[in-house]
Amino acid sequence: MKLHYDIDSSCLTAVLDGEIDHHIAGMVRMEVDTAIYAHSPRTLVLDFGNVTFMDSSGIGLIMGRYKILQPLGGTIILLRPAPHIGRILRLAGMERLAEIRQELGEGAMQ
Amino acid sequence: MKILNEFKCTFPANSANEGLARATLSAFLIQADPTAQELADLRTVISEAVTNAIVHGYRGTTGDITVCLRLLPERVIYIKVTDKGCGIPDVQKAMEPLYTSAPEEDRAGLGFAIMQTFTSSLRVRSIAGHGTTLIMRRQLGVKHEEG
Repeated sequence: MKLHYDIDSSCLTAVLDGEIDHHIAGMVRMEVDTAIYAHSPRTLVLDFGNVTFMDSSGIGLIMGRYKILQPLGGTIILLRPAPHIGRILRLAGMERLAEIRQELGEGAMQ
Repeated sequence: MKILNEFKCTFPANSANEGLARATLSAFLIQADPTAQELADLRTVISEAVTNAIVHGYRGTTGDITVCLRLLPERVIYIKVTDKGCGIPDVQKAMEPLYTSAPEEDRAGLGFAIMQTFTSSLRVRSIAGHGTTLIMRRQLGVKHEEG
């Protein structure tokens, strides 16, 4: 995973990769939360473009970050999920907590 | 029912083995030639089942998880995941979407909902203090032979 914080847009981007299961989610969570608490970003982008597998541990990861960001007024963008990951995101109703996008438009970087 | 092929393995309840269980299932499924979606669904299902055994069955303690995979007639895939952990006191409650006994660990409570959605049938046998067995079947789509 690569983390990038853009100070001008107050946007924290986590470029996830590989398989996101319970084993991996714990490590991702620690790194992302450290960056969230350091920067209090307005937008958290979770980039799923290089993710090949995700189960409900990934849903827990999104829900947990939503609970942290919401009181801070932050929003979450779920970027480029593969079709089978998009299915799980919709099954879990993640579009109610976050925005699912195929590309990062201008809006996210404002 | 006649079993066309079967593979069994036992491994410790270590989260690194969640990926191993998925890889094992993928290898077993090659003979059934599933679609990309069927493969993705079943990989998700076994990942949920094994994670449940680790997170909820053994709750950080050690123990064995046994996975039994079968290819049954009419393109039915059978997946059995057994643990000898703490068991589920109330199976019905555990199967409610969004219910989790481990919210502090960011568990979404969607494991059973995903397993039910991605399989044709799901049976849960659990005895408190003795462990849990999940038996899932998935009917694969009809294969159209080419040529």
